[in-house]
Amino acid sequence: MTRVMMNRETRIAKPGRIAVIDGNMAAALGAKLSRPNLLAAYPITPQTPLVEYLSTFVADGELAAEMVEVEGEHSALSVLQGAALAGARVFTGTSSQGLALMYEPYIRTSTLRLPIVMVIATREVISPQSVWGGQQDAFTLRDAGWIQIFVEDNQEILDTIIMAYRIAEHPEVLLPVNVCYDGFYLSHTADVVEIPTSEDVDTFLPPYHSDHIKLDPNMVMSVDPLTPGDILMEYRYKQVEAMMAAKQVIKEVDEEFGRYFGRSYGGLIERYRLDDASLALITVGSTSGTAKVAVDAARNRGLDIGLIKLRTLRPFPREEMMEALRGKVAIGIVERQVSFGWGTGIIYQELGTVLCQLRERPTIIDFVDGLGGADITLGHYERAIDLVRKAAAGEPIDECTWLGIDFE
Amino acid sequence: MKEIRLHGRGGQGAVLASQILVSAAVKEGKFGNAIPYFGFERRGAPLVAFVRIDDNRIREHTQIYTPDCVLVLDPTLVAAVNVFQGLKEGGIVIINERKAPEDVALPAQVGRCGVLDATAVALDVLGSPITNTPMLGAFAATTGWIGLDALIEALREILRGKQADLNVQAALAGYERTRVVGR
Amino acid sequence: MKLTGDFKAPIGLDMYVVNTGDWRYQRPVTLEGKCRKCGVCFLFCPTGSRYERGDSFDTDLRYCKGCGLCANECGAQAIAMVPEVRE
Repeated sequence: MTRVMMNRETRIAKPGRIAVIDGNMAAALGAKLSRPNLLAAYPITPQTPLVEYLSTFVADGELAAEMVEVEGEHSALSVLQGAALAGARVFTGTSSQGLALMYEPYIRTSTLRLPIVMVIATREVISPQSVWGGQQDAFTLRDAGWIQIFVEDNQEILDTIIMAYRIAEHPEVLLPVNVCYDGFYLSHTADVVEIPTSEDVDTFLPPYHSDHIKLDPNMVMSVDPLTPGDILMEYRYKQVEAMMAAKQVIKEVDEEFGRYFGRSYGGLIERYRLDDASLALITVGSTSGTAKVAVDAARNRGLDIGLIKLRTLRPFPREEMMEALRGKVAIGIVERQVSFGWGTGIIYQELGTVLCQLRERPTIIDFVDGLGGADITLGHYERAIDLVRKAAAGEPIDECTWLGIDFE
Repeated sequence: MKEIRLHGRGGQGAVLASQILVSAAVKEGKFGNAIPYFGFERRGAPLVAFVRIDDNRIREHTQIYTPDCVLVLDPTLVAAVNVFQGLKEGGIVIINERKAPEDVALPAQVGRCGVLDATAVALDVLGSPITNTPMLGAFAATTGWIGLDALIEALREILRGKQADLNVQAALAGYERTRVVGR
Repeated sequence: MKLTGDFKAPIGLDMYVVNTGDWRYQRPVTLEGKCRKCGVCFLFCPTGSRYERGDSFDTDLRYCKGCGLCANECGAQAIAMVPEVRE
């Protein structure tokens, strides 16, 4: 089971329609159910079908939203910012180079405290030219102030988009949210999804009411005037506080979603067979499912290993990670991106800060794999788990191993 | 769990076929997922789809290296791609071929083979060489892993009107005309 | 938060008027008989201080900052910039 809790008997919501749909459709349905007022998106592989599905919903009258045709991703997010300032709930999606083109409005979305929800169908950044999945695009922008949640399968895409609006629009948060799903391995993969009813989503997600930054013709105002440093620092401090407050909000919304719809995902991280484990893997995104299969196989071979699925890269779940690492002997992180300056993946560095706070620290080893859509196979996991086992036994293991490359 | 690898060319409906397989499995109370693998989308380029079907929810998001079954939608692919790579010992092959089953060159590990001139069925029923639905019928006939009823129900859910009728007809024709050899 | 109070996002609600008239060290004077009333000085003035008066254009000195754009753009050379005299 990939669900942390599946409580069909006690859940409040009515049973939804079961459908076999791809990740882009799951995202489109999640957006449709959230009732955005305005959409603007520019197509880019592997997100393109998402834009097509949304356009079809609007054209067929199934989604009462203004669909603005834009000439590029920079315009897409800029249009959304204008609409959000006018008090609208908005939605868009993009990938890699499109996200790069969007960077200028992207960095001011969080600083303007606009609760925009945007999916990223994560795609490797070029070059070399690639259309396939990779997480470098979203990870590179981790310090632009957006909340970033990475999901494992199509059900989680749909559910997390609905939750994302609750999180973003929460008065203690008021920050934009990325819901990130792997290009091709989720965006184009068909999977079994339960689609909640409109009525149930409406009960869970009420309409958006903005009062912290809303354009009002009856009130003379300027949005984002030239601001001296001392005032700017206060705004930035509040933004950081909001990001920290988001941790608790994300957990609460996940629990509430679970009570209501019968599915919850663990909040900031999911712990899989971790309690009695001395070894663990850390994964992000769709490969977490494969990792769970690998963990089960290793358990059957007698190894006490578990998995930590990192859902939120931002805010980084330091308390949950500290708790998860406590008492563990060795950890292996499987990363679908690189931190060029460190020669390791990005999570490895971030985890370092958490480790500093632990009196007894597990050995951490890092793995890079799955770039540019390269497959992270069960064979790769077997090798990674073996290296983690060896590291736990005190053998010297490389800090970072690139799986899948034949170095001969 | 059954692991199935579909080989097709862009424009032949391989990706849709993989989704219909999963839908059919769901109709029978099972779970499935279908992962397509292709590059810049264009007609004629070889592509692969990886389908897993199981009684429990599928958690793997990785390609299939040791399929239980290989489905080849276009006979010319055999020369271009190693479609049989990794096929399990005793595995099943379903291939779109005009030749008689005895004349189809197969590697040693193949245990059962379903042969269908799907191109002819498609041209006959649909008027175009889109081989996916006849081949789905061939799949049901050769493996028995999904029932014909579930397949037809899945087709009627994804396709509408005249398209649905014709494709159901094509799937049935495929089912009936497939010749199966081996265990 | 002393400076931002309850504000979560950067919005400016008060009007802060800058008196650009105080910046002036020279002022535009329209030369008698030369003005063609083409309106170019009116269009170019960054503070909107040129206006039509009688058979020529004149300057509203409240916000005129003495930048000299009007004199520079005038096709009839009908505007002279003269030093500002303040008591």
